[in-house]
Amino acid sequence: MSRGAGKVLPGGYAGRVLEVDLTHGTHKVSPLAPELADQYIGGRGFVARTLYDTVPPGAEPLGPENIVVIAAGPLTGVFLPGCGKTHFGTKSPSTGGYGDSNMGGHFGPGLKYAGYDLVVLKGISPQPVVVVIDDDQVSIRPASSYWGKGCIETEAGLKRDLGEDFEIVVIGPAGENLVKYACIGHDFGRQAGRTGVGAVLGSKRVKAIAVRGTRAVPLADTKGVYALGKEMYQACFAKPGFKSWTPYGTAEVVNWVNEVGAFPTRNFKTSYFAPYKQINGERLRADLRIHDKGCAGCPIPCGKWSRVKVPSSGEALVEGPEYETIAMFGGDCCLEKLDEIGYANHVCDDLGLDTISAANVIAFAIECFERGVLSKDQIGREIAFGDIASVLYLVRKIAGREGIGDLLAEGVKVASQRLGQGSERYAIHVKGLEWTGYESRYAPAMMLSYATADIGAHHNRSWAITFDVAKGREELAGKAEKVIELQHIRPLFDCLGICRLQWVEIGFDLEWYERLFPLVTGTDKTWGQLLQASERVWNLNRVFSARHVPGWGRAMDRPPARLLEEPVPDGPAKGKLITPQQLDSLLDRYYELRGWTADGLPTREKLAELGLEREATELWGKPGRDMPK
Amino acid sequence: MVCALENFGQNNPKLGLLRVAGHFPSPGGYELRICDNCGACRDACPVEAIYESGGELRVDEELCTGCLACVEACPKGVMTYHPSLPAPAKCTHCGMCAAYCPTGAIYDAARYSAEEAPRLTRSSPAEAAVPGSPGGDADV
Repeated sequence: MSRGAGKVLPGGYAGRVLEVDLTHGTHKVSPLAPELADQYIGGRGFVARTLYDTVPPGAEPLGPENIVVIAAGPLTGVFLPGCGKTHFGTKSPSTGGYGDSNMGGHFGPGLKYAGYDLVVLKGISPQPVVVVIDDDQVSIRPASSYWGKGCIETEAGLKRDLGEDFEIVVIGPAGENLVKYACIGHDFGRQAGRTGVGAVLGSKRVKAIAVRGTRAVPLADTKGVYALGKEMYQACFAKPGFKSWTPYGTAEVVNWVNEVGAFPTRNFKTSYFAPYKQINGERLRADLRIHDKGCAGCPIPCGKWSRVKVPSSGEALVEGPEYETIAMFGGDCCLEKLDEIGYANHVCDDLGLDTISAANVIAFAIECFERGVLSKDQIGREIAFGDIASVLYLVRKIAGREGIGDLLAEGVKVASQRLGQGSERYAIHVKGLEWTGYESRYAPAMMLSYATADIGAHHNRSWAITFDVAKGREELAGKAEKVIELQHIRPLFDCLGICRLQWVEIGFDLEWYERLFPLVTGTDKTWGQLLQASERVWNLNRVFSARHVPGWGRAMDRPPARLLEEPVPDGPAKGKLITPQQLDSLLDRYYELRGWTADGLPTREKLAELGLEREATELWGKPGRDMPK
Repeated sequence: MVCALENFGQNNPKLGLLRVAGHFPSPGGYELRICDNCGACRDACPVEAIYESGGELRVDEELCTGCLACVEACPKGVMTYHPSLPAPAKCTHCGMCAAYCPTGAIYDAARYSAEEAPRLTRSSPAEAAVPGSPGGDADV
């Protein structure tokens, strides 16, 4: 523990927690506990701890016992590159386990400036509401005129009603209709997309949350932060990636992922999409982009505000498409035109659907149709890969839960279980969360990352594919070590409340954050102690999910059969596969290094080492569930 | 943020003396509003608390009565009033916003033309704000 740790609230925190009881229409404000800041840092850490302490095992994800937690970190809204992040968390309706999603924009900074580090939404409102946070004034207002409206119209309308200087998060019809992968939208193009956080807001009948803050973030050493912050910006400006990466944003990686054979294509049948040069970052910049759009404090804005045209549907404005959306609607659904991908992106953003899961589900549905598992009568029309009309038809059916959309709104895991006929083998998910934009049959570390990510098949906890490429695609040695290292570093950014892309994409040094943290907080926490807090969160989340979902552990740390049994049919990864035996050896090593059992659960000793003794008792202390050797 | 830290020593963008207004969803883009010393605030001040010094309009906090006529009069909406300040404040063109603008959207008009401004190259006129200033050492 650090000097004076846990007794006084350090700098960098706004200092207050807002708890909203939607059932009764009340709220209360309380001081942020210094121990929470000390042990869990902020953002994702606050989300994890609050969920564990508040949501009982057995709670229905869309029921009154579940909560939505929104948290900023100590560096959110502070003068440094990438300070614009917000973390959302809930018991996921996709997986039943720990769920979270991180979003850029300006909402988290707004919360800090209004004086809150953490907002907890509890219960279920009797009618649709908007939660308005205007510094100290908190009100719960009827949202009836916005219920049923799209995200874009809702956000624009609320900005008119409340004022341009409010930062607003909204859900769309998909969230209202409890689509399991409904997202939360913000700033007309940023999303907390994953794990169904939008569906949980919808279940609570919260259409939107608006915040306006006018205060300063208290800093331990304001002059020191200002001076180092200026150095950090200058260091960003001097990085070669500052000028080469920024024009394209995340879409820059489309070329590389195809060249290394990892681009999900045709419902993950293969890993190379031949027309990828029509949908890459260069085409986005040249053909679609109107304006760059950044988050708070960002020197390398990855957001590209774009105009897209689809002859059958017309014109639309959209932020993006970003890499994940290009990979999933482009490769996985085989749309060959960037305008079509962008249009599908726009429709999903407005309806409030996660583009990753929506595209994954649609690719699955198209394969089911091709194989005769779904009939034309069941769907209502013929559908095909590469057909924008099929994609838009299904997106709208899903958001409205109409016809076939009602089944597809459950996600690929549930849909494949209900459809049967072998469709589980090509339902591409882990633990119920749809897989994202990196096909990993020729990338053992990336495969292990997907298998073990705490929310299900998500890439950002450990984007280890670059390590696979650098250290050998066939090589298994050293991969588990790297995955664990990344699973602590990358989510630490989500605890600090800042963006990791300065580090990931333009090679900004981690030492900057290690130097800045003490100036912001006034604590002497080392980078090692921060990483240990991140490990604490990782283990806590594993215990949370194990207590909420029977079988969470080794048996669920697996990709679907397609990715373990069908070699990649073509492209740069042709013939490649990670066998079940190879995956098992990776998992053995991973669990051993983590101090987990062979079943993939944290041991009593590991939990004690992290100060999680109570959680160890809750996991292992029950009669009849002794800890295996 | 850099403006508030430079001028007031606070990490609070609401104290920034310039405005960045987003225009989304349509047409998409940002409008930068920066003081150009047009003099509307000086003309509106009933007690002559806003005066010129070295080519720059400044606020005399001692004379200010807090009537906020200058805030109303400012055509760009950049005369800034905040409860933590003793009087309305205005940009004095210290140049910090330009120094830390990553895209070159804000630049020193005395040193660069719009095309030569440092940082990333701009590709649409909407990004090129030309705040200009009648004088001073660090036109922004």
